[in-house]
Amino acid sequence: MSHDRDLIDGMLPLPPATFHILMAVSDEDRHGYAIIQDVETRTGGDLRLSAGTLYRSIQRMLEQGLIVEAKRRPAPALDDERRRYYSITSLGTAVARAEMSRLTQLIRLARARGLTPETT
Amino acid sequence: MRVYRALLRLYPASFRAEYGRELAEAFVLRRGDARGPLALLVSIGLALADVIPNAAGAHWDILKQDLHYTSRALRRTPGFALTAILVVALGVGANGAAFSVATFVLLPRLPFAHPEALVKVWERTPGFGRLELSPANFKDWKAGARSFSAMGAMSATAVNLTGGGEPQRVGAAAFTVDVFPILGRAALLGRTFVASDTVAGRSVVLSYDLWQTHFGADVGVVGKTVELDGMPYSVIGVMPQDFRYPNRDAQLWTTLQFAAEDLTDRSNNYLQGVARLNDGATLESARAELAVIATQVHRQYPKETETTAANVYRVADELSDRNRLLLLALCGAALCILLLACANVANLLLVRAISREREIAVRTALGAGRERLLRQLVTESALLVLSGVVAGFILARLSVPMLTMLVPNTLPIVQSPPLNTRALLIAGLVVALVGIGFGVVPALRGATKGIDALRDGGRSGGGRRQRVRSVLVMIEVMASVVLLITCGLLMRAMWRLQSLDPGFRTENVLTLRTALAWPRYQDPAVRERFYNSVLSGVRSLPNVSSAAYVTGLPMAMAGGTWNATLPGQSAAHDGSNGASLRFATSQYFSTMSIPLQRGRDIAATDDANHPFVSVVSESFVKKYWPHQDPIGQRFNFALHERTVVGVVGDVRVRGFEQPSEPQVYLPTQQVESGNVVFYTPKDLVVRSTSGAAVLLPEIRRFVREADPQQPISNVAPLADVVATQTASRAAQLRVLELLAAIALLLATVGIHGLLSFAVSRRRQEIGVRVALGAQSSTILSMFLREGLLLGLGGLLPGVLVAYAAGRAMQALLVGIRPGDPVTIVAGVALCGSATLVGCLRPAFRASRVDPSIALRAE
Repeated sequence: MSHDRDLIDGMLPLPPATFHILMAVSDEDRHGYAIIQDVETRTGGDLRLSAGTLYRSIQRMLEQGLIVEAKRRPAPALDDERRRYYSITSLGTAVARAEMSRLTQLIRLARARGLTPETT
Repeated sequence: MRVYRALLRLYPASFRAEYGRELAEAFVLRRGDARGPLALLVSIGLALADVIPNAAGAHWDILKQDLHYTSRALRRTPGFALTAILVVALGVGANGAAFSVATFVLLPRLPFAHPEALVKVWERTPGFGRLELSPANFKDWKAGARSFSAMGAMSATAVNLTGGGEPQRVGAAAFTVDVFPILGRAALLGRTFVASDTVAGRSVVLSYDLWQTHFGADVGVVGKTVELDGMPYSVIGVMPQDFRYPNRDAQLWTTLQFAAEDLTDRSNNYLQGVARLNDGATLESARAELAVIATQVHRQYPKETETTAANVYRVADELSDRNRLLLLALCGAALCILLLACANVANLLLVRAISREREIAVRTALGAGRERLLRQLVTESALLVLSGVVAGFILARLSVPMLTMLVPNTLPIVQSPPLNTRALLIAGLVVALVGIGFGVVPALRGATKGIDALRDGGRSGGGRRQRVRSVLVMIEVMASVVLLITCGLLMRAMWRLQSLDPGFRTENVLTLRTALAWPRYQDPAVRERFYNSVLSGVRSLPNVSSAAYVTGLPMAMAGGTWNATLPGQSAAHDGSNGASLRFATSQYFSTMSIPLQRGRDIAATDDANHPFVSVVSESFVKKYWPHQDPIGQRFNFALHERTVVGVVGDVRVRGFEQPSEPQVYLPTQQVESGNVVFYTPKDLVVRSTSGAAVLLPEIRRFVREADPQQPISNVAPLADVVATQTASRAAQLRVLELLAAIALLLATVGIHGLLSFAVSRRRQEIGVRVALGAQSSTILSMFLREGLLLGLGGLLPGVLVAYAAGRAMQALLVGIRPGDPVTIVAGVALCGSATLVGCLRPAFRASRVDPSIALRAE
């Protein structure tokens, strides 16, 4: 499904928390705490989303249509019915991709100027 | 965990309801990760760091949404939004402006040290509450008073400033050496007076403005010499910019000194006493003490002080009762407007809230939280009211400078009042509370009723709330009729004043002043040469029919009386024999068109070598020789026996609002050298068909020829001199008229809004009535009757309040009764017609309701 280019561009650049949440739900539906854990694991503990930041982001992303509450739920044995699971929408995927190309472009430009990431 | 749950309350309720449980769960899980002895502290810190910024962010998100929603909703109903904003702006703006001026004048911030301890000391006689002090009384009172740490005297005058450019007439004041220290102000440059200055009496302190304009802000001005009334004075200091005393016209200050014989004089009242209260002394104790001292002085000099008592006022309270009353009337009018604005805003928002009851019920039924709706409504009402308040601030800011003419000149403060932010904020707050209250509460009740609101098919807004709105409209009608009637009373008073005959004709008369300086012009013969030289020149000009010199113009110079006594009688000391004294040259009466009823005019031959004569006014004749031929009668006046040679019509010397004494006119030459200084003629009057622009250069030339050092001041057509009499009243009245017009507009808008809403709510009812056979004329008259009844409900109490207001300001009404039937009928008729206009459109709309359409909606 193609999306309105202006709509997507209007959301860029994405706040880092939003981008991370999109990444967290890009491969499977996750509930809130699972998102926090996923982000923490992927960043090697560098980014630990607070609960407030997470749910404010989720609220906004729901309104923007980047994610939806998942209808499918895990097997009953694994499910906690009080939890809500979130899955990425096609718009969410499109926006994440657009953000990626924006960042890639930026890095290419920086490289072209001879800048390299700091090595420690 | 309890801490975290408590902190969660910081989030908006809607957010909490949606995510509260999950937030808590995530928090618990994360806390489980935390290890170590400080775990609790760490987790509390984490909780705070998490909740506070995010809760603030969540609130901000909602506010943004609400503002977006509100501005969209208001753009859909621009008429409503603009009306509400305009109404609030008028209410807040009118109050901000009126109270800015009123507090500025009634509670002035005086530029003196500890101004609350500053008092002015006056004499009081049966006719005058505040009469200037005589030098002898000043001396005795000062010596006796223990309530004051210091007491000084001053006298406002004007001097001719010569040397360096065109000679100039400037306002001045003479201070005793104590006055500057009493006021607690030091000089900006140089110093103020010390005792040694009074010995020579040739020191002058300049005002900041005069230093800027006349001396080019020269910092070396101290020590320089200036010429005042032809005498050299040494500049010893320059005062700071905000120092103005005893009035705004004072441009320089000289020392006030008394000759030995002055200090025995108890009849020459020309000093203003100013004093500073001792620590511990109060205004009341000072008044009591001076009353005792005045009685003691009276025992010593029973004859001279027969009717003299003492009077003490705070410097800050120095404002005439008339001015005070007018300002209070202005504040009252502004409060009426505020009341109207509140009623109107309440009505507008109430109607809007009711009409949205269904929408809100639907949203509640669909699960919108009460809190979320409340926020939405508060945001909407607040946005409207705050826009109005901001517009009101701007309105007040723009209008305050236009109200400067309401600041009397006698106050020692700058003329432009600053905006009184406190008054503005209070007015803003009142309107905001009313507006938000009426915009939110009823809608919330709709939300509580929930689905019931949907069931009645949207015909809500009846019953109790209809009554609330009816009362609001009645209040509006009442407030506007009060304003209309009081304004009408003041207008009638103004017209009465303006229609009074001053006793002279103002058309085609130009006036100007050449105040002759002493001691150069001490000799009447020297003065006469000056007058003759100028007058012969002026009278020779084309289109000039007559010209004359006189002591002072009527109304511009209101006082100046002398006791008249008949030969063989002793003088009365109670002022009952006072007559207005004016020295005049020939042609004064013809120039002023004062009718000469008997005898002759003053003539050039009435000099010191001829018998001393006088021309008196009609009322003077009635008083002293009621049934005799006045011509040839003699009386004692101004140090000589005078014979009456002519009788003229009476003139309103003291203006339109006060009774005047009988008048006596004396020839300019029949006075001894150095006597009766105060009455030296200085005003030139010229009757001519040419305008001032043509005459003035010629007159200047004649004055320069007569005396190159002589300045000309106070150039004005006689009509303007008379108009300034009523100018401050006219200015006040214009403001009140504007407020009354606003009130009328607001009341009309209110009635129209109320009835329009009632009609739209009752369409089905009207439809049923029409379907059952009601004529459209019946429907029309039903709504008209309803509107007019509302109007009547406001008119009746309004007339009563207006009558009370009229009584309170009776002093301003110059004889118009507060219950003046013409004014009341006119006010009621005007307000009634406004009500009718407000009713017409909605009533016609009601009469044209098509029953088939109205009922189909059911």
